[in-house]
Amino acid sequence: MFLALRELRFARARFTLMGGVVALIAVLMVLLSGLSSGLVNDGVSGLKNLPVTAFAFDEGTKTDAAFSRSVVDTAQMDAWKARPGVAEAEPFGNVLVNARSSRGVPIDLALFGVTPGSFLAPVAAEGGGLAAPDGIVVSASATDAGLRVGDTVTLDRIGTRLTVVGVTADQYTFGHVDVAFVPLDTWRRIHAGAGPDDQVRPETLTEATAVALKAEDKTTLDLAAGDKAAGTSALTLAASFAASPGYTAETSTLNLIQVFLYAISALVVGAFFTVWTIQRKHELAVLRAMGASKPYMLRDGLFQALVVLLGATAAGVLIGVGLGALISGGAMPFLLEASAVAVASALLVALGLVGAAAAIVRVAAVDPLAALGGHR
Amino acid sequence: MNHTGTTTSPSTTDPGGPGERSGLALSGVTLRLGDGDSLVTALDAVDLAVRPGEFVAVVGPSGAGKSSLLAVAGALTTPDEGTVTIDGRDIGAMSEAERAAHRRHHIGFVFQTGNLLPALTVLDQLRLVTHLTRGADLARREPRELLEEVGMAHKADRRPHQLSGGERQRVGIARALMTTPSLLLVDEPTAALDRARSHEVVSLLARETKRSAVATVMVTHDHDVLAHCDRIVEMTDGRLSDQTAPA
Repeated sequence: MFLALRELRFARARFTLMGGVVALIAVLMVLLSGLSSGLVNDGVSGLKNLPVTAFAFDEGTKTDAAFSRSVVDTAQMDAWKARPGVAEAEPFGNVLVNARSSRGVPIDLALFGVTPGSFLAPVAAEGGGLAAPDGIVVSASATDAGLRVGDTVTLDRIGTRLTVVGVTADQYTFGHVDVAFVPLDTWRRIHAGAGPDDQVRPETLTEATAVALKAEDKTTLDLAAGDKAAGTSALTLAASFAASPGYTAETSTLNLIQVFLYAISALVVGAFFTVWTIQRKHELAVLRAMGASKPYMLRDGLFQALVVLLGATAAGVLIGVGLGALISGGAMPFLLEASAVAVASALLVALGLVGAAAAIVRVAAVDPLAALGGHR
Repeated sequence: MNHTGTTTSPSTTDPGGPGERSGLALSGVTLRLGDGDSLVTALDAVDLAVRPGEFVAVVGPSGAGKSSLLAVAGALTTPDEGTVTIDGRDIGAMSEAERAAHRRHHIGFVFQTGNLLPALTVLDQLRLVTHLTRGADLARREPRELLEEVGMAHKADRRPHQLSGGERQRVGIARALMTTPSLLLVDEPTAALDRARSHEVVSLLARETKRSAVATVMVTHDHDVLAHCDRIVEMTDGRLSDQTAPA
């Protein structure tokens, strides 16, 4: 470390340039991580915040659109209720609607049809819970769109009028649309496309999108066996995210960009240390002739890379978090999660170190004989 | 840390350093370089013994094998035939890592242009040696005291690019002496120096050879400086010829 630190100080311009590149990559990585978490949150926080273990969709429903395609009936619900390890099994309805509030604000809503009083029923932080057939509890984020307790929301086309009776504490969004919890019976009529005065076929009044399941404490549900008995296709909560609109496309794109960033970082650091090692070939030969051991020189080089990577990544993360704070108020879905940033930073440093190591192993190949003679 | 008053007798133990000091001995050393058709015999059955405190100059034309001699004597490479012993220890029997350890503990190198590390100050060039040999039981010199001895204490904070050629060589010599080595190998120390500086540097080497009781081998082209040496050997086509006293 003696030589490594002094070289860092001596060649600080070169190391700062390289560190600057790594820091910029770290900034980009933090912003991408925030955007990624923000998009995920915007896409599926409505599902994430439900106390649900798994959703059972109708058998054979295409996974990537299960929430809009699936229809389950009472028999399937009852079959799940009878399964061992199931603490709760409740019908869950999901439909996206366009609406207009009494203040004239056009708003899109993901209507979650739940039975009032069931384990799915939302807890309102403001106003009251679900009770009246036309009462809805909206996501905290819907207040940004201009909804307030007491507002009336009129659904486009069918003209059903709903009243905001409560607002949740957390953000509930689904497919980048604010969630409104609505009593299941009302949801069934809306899902059937029936306005206030329309008649509906009686069987639609027993339907739901999926059976929301909650396992008993410390038990794992046997989803396959349950599916067989109930004639459903169950997905765990995390797996059901992929069934929300655009989720897979968004996350895989961002993940791909992040993978590229890691690769770029490893290559940049590797290229720098390759040049740095070649530039010092004669010095390294002198050190080897003086008897510096290979492990000593490898350790010294890796330590140097680690210092640069840690410093640059820390600086980049700080700048990224600062920029993120500026962004997160705006329209862009942005959410910084400490764990995601920590994992990404650790990966950045680790892969940078791999790149550096690939260059630094050349140190071991330097022939001490090159120290003799005059040619450099 | 006794570095003065040691005798030059091969049988005497350096009071400051561990182990027996018996200098350098090459016996029947042959080194071939390259392979196949381009095989060159760089050293051809070379015998050479250098006692502690003895300053030997190796002269000869380019390509005569002088650098190969330093490489073999300095445990940088192992000979194809013959034995190299430093303080009675056979270099040929050592692994690469052991040879590196032997170099760092018992051999000092002085290179053509000093070959100091550009990132380090003069003082740190010497402290690096202490750092490299950490944990070993050695009679290390005190860096400032050694810089004083070679007349470089006043430039302890300078970096190599701020020094003249002669000053760099002084620092290089001091660096090589940090571990009170048994063997000091010097490669063309005056190649980049004018006459006056050359004499200064080589007389410093002669003085330190006596003072540190180190066996010194200096390879040189520079016949002007040979007067400082105890013995001169001439190398031609990989063979050592008549060993003469300086003129």
